[in-house]
Amino acid sequence: MTKDECKQVVLDIIAEIAPDEDLSDVKGDVALREQLDLDSMDFLDIVMELRKQHSIEVPEADYVQLASLDSCAEYLTPKFNALV
Amino acid sequence: MSEHYDVAIIGAGMSGLSAGIRAAHFGKKAIILEQHNAPGGLNSFYAKEGRKYDVGLHAMTNYVPAKERRAIFNKLLRQLRIDRAELDLIEQKSSRIAFPGVNLRFGNEEALLESEVERVFPGQIDGFVRLSKAIRDYPDVDLNQPYRSTREWIKGFVSDPLLEEMIFCPLMYYGSAVEDDMDVGQFVIMFRSIFHEGLARPAEGIRLLIRVVLDRYRKLGGIRKMKTGVKRLVAEGGKISRIELDNGTEVSADVVLSCAGLPETYALVDSSLVSDQSEQAGKLSFSETIAVYKSLPETWGWGDDTIVFFNNAERFAYRNPSDPIDLRSGVICLPNNFEFGDRPLKEGLVRVTCLANHDTWCGYSAEAYEAAKADWFGRIQKSILPMMPVPTRDYSSELVATDMFTPKTVKKFTRRARGAIYGTPDKVKDGRTSWDNLFLCGTDQGYLGIVGSMLSGVVMANEHVLKG
Repeated sequence: MTKDECKQVVLDIIAEIAPDEDLSDVKGDVALREQLDLDSMDFLDIVMELRKQHSIEVPEADYVQLASLDSCAEYLTPKFNALV
Repeated sequence: MSEHYDVAIIGAGMSGLSAGIRAAHFGKKAIILEQHNAPGGLNSFYAKEGRKYDVGLHAMTNYVPAKERRAIFNKLLRQLRIDRAELDLIEQKSSRIAFPGVNLRFGNEEALLESEVERVFPGQIDGFVRLSKAIRDYPDVDLNQPYRSTREWIKGFVSDPLLEEMIFCPLMYYGSAVEDDMDVGQFVIMFRSIFHEGLARPAEGIRLLIRVVLDRYRKLGGIRKMKTGVKRLVAEGGKISRIELDNGTEVSADVVLSCAGLPETYALVDSSLVSDQSEQAGKLSFSETIAVYKSLPETWGWGDDTIVFFNNAERFAYRNPSDPIDLRSGVICLPNNFEFGDRPLKEGLVRVTCLANHDTWCGYSAEAYEAAKADWFGRIQKSILPMMPVPTRDYSSELVATDMFTPKTVKKFTRRARGAIYGTPDKVKDGRTSWDNLFLCGTDQGYLGIVGSMLSGVVMANEHVLKG
C-alpha cells in the first residue's frame, strides 16, 4: 500500500463516520480537527473502524499519530504493509 | 454451560440500546436483557382501550438544525450511524415558564428567551447574558468532576431570586435528581439542551425513535432478550462472574453495563446493600395525568404553548412533597402543539406532570389508591387552569379518555428505588462500581433525558467496552 492509498482509506472511514463533511479538499499537512468537525469521539471511531475493517490496532498512546492525513499515512502505511 | 458474551446490558431503554449499537457495530457480541415486553425503559409506550400512549417523552431536548455538526444531538446520531431524517423530527412551537403574574417564553430560537428576560427583568439582562455565555464556554463534561451547587454559582450572574427560580424550574423538572438544587455540570447540560438548543419530537412520538434505535441494533446482529429480568449478579473475586436470570437460566459476559440505576444495580449483587430508604435512592418522584379530548387544544385557545413549566407558589419548591401530589408546580405538555403542519394528531392531549410522594402512594390500599387517583386527577386538571389562557369555550364534555401514573406505577414498571425516575442524587459519572467489570449506564451515570441517556450509552460503551 502506498501512502496515498492509505490516506484514501482514512478518508473513506471519515466519510462513513461523518457523511455530511466535505472531504474534497482536505489538506494533508493540516490537523484534521482544524479542517473538519471531528472530536475525540470521532477519533475513537476512526481507530475502531481501522480495527474492524482492516485489523489495524492503534494503541491509545498513539492516537496523536492520527492528527493529520500526512501523519496518518506515515504511521499507518507500515502497519498496513506489515499485514500482508 | 451458560452462554458467554463480550458485553451484557441490563435494560433495553434508550441508554442500553445505544450502548448495544456501539458494541455491536464494532463486532462485540452483545446481549440486552430486558424485564418487560416493550423496549424503551423510562421512555416507552403502551396501549389502553385501543388507544396508544407515550410515557416519559414530552419532547426531545437538544434539538438543533442538521448543519450544526458540533452539537451534541448530531454527534450522537453520528456515533450511532443513524440518519437524522429517519427520526421525522418536528419542532416545538414555543414554551413558557409561568410564575404568578410573570411569564417567560422560549423557543428553538435562543434569542426569544433573551428578549423575554430583557422585557420582564430589565435590570438582570446583563447578568443573564453573562450566564448564558459562561454556560456556552463551560468545559464539556468531565467524567471526574465532583458535585458542585448551582445555587451558589448562579448568584454570580443573576441577583433577582424570581428570575433564578424561573430559570431553575424547567431545568429541574427536566433533569434534576437533587432537591431544590442542581450540580453545576448538570445545570450547564440542561441549560444548553433546553435554552440554547431546543425541543422537538418524532412526529409519531417515542415509538418511532425506539423503533429506529432497535432496528439499528438488530441489523448489527445484537441479541435482545425481552421479558427476561435479571435476578442476581453473582460477584466472585471482585468481578461479576455470572448473571442469573428470572427464568432460571444464566449468562456471563466480559463487561456488564447496567441501566437499572445505582442502588438497583447494587441490590442485584447483594440485596442487603440498599433499600428504598437508603441514601442512594433518589427522593423525587412524579405523577402524570393524561387527558384525551375529541378536539385539539388549539380549538379552545390553547394552541400556542408546547410545554408550560409552572409554579404558582410564592417560592418554587422542587422537593418531595408532604402532600400526595404537589399542585403548586409542574409541567403541562400539549403534544399537539409541535409544528405538525398538515398532519396533526387526531386527538387532543393534555399531559400534566407534578411532584408526588412515593411513600404515600405506595402506602395506600388498593381501594384507597384508586380513590386517590380519581380525586387527584380532577384536582390537577383544575390546578393548571390559572396558568393557561382562558378557554374560549367549554371543552370538558369532549374528554374521551384519561390515564394517570403515580410513583407506585413508576416503581412497578421501572423498579426504580422510591419511584425516582431521575435516579440517585449522587451520579457516578465514570460509571464505575465496586466490581471491576460492572459499569452503570443511563440515568445514574449522570446524563438525563432521552438524548442524555442515549449519550450515556454511547460514552459508557466507548469507555468500558470499546477502549478496554
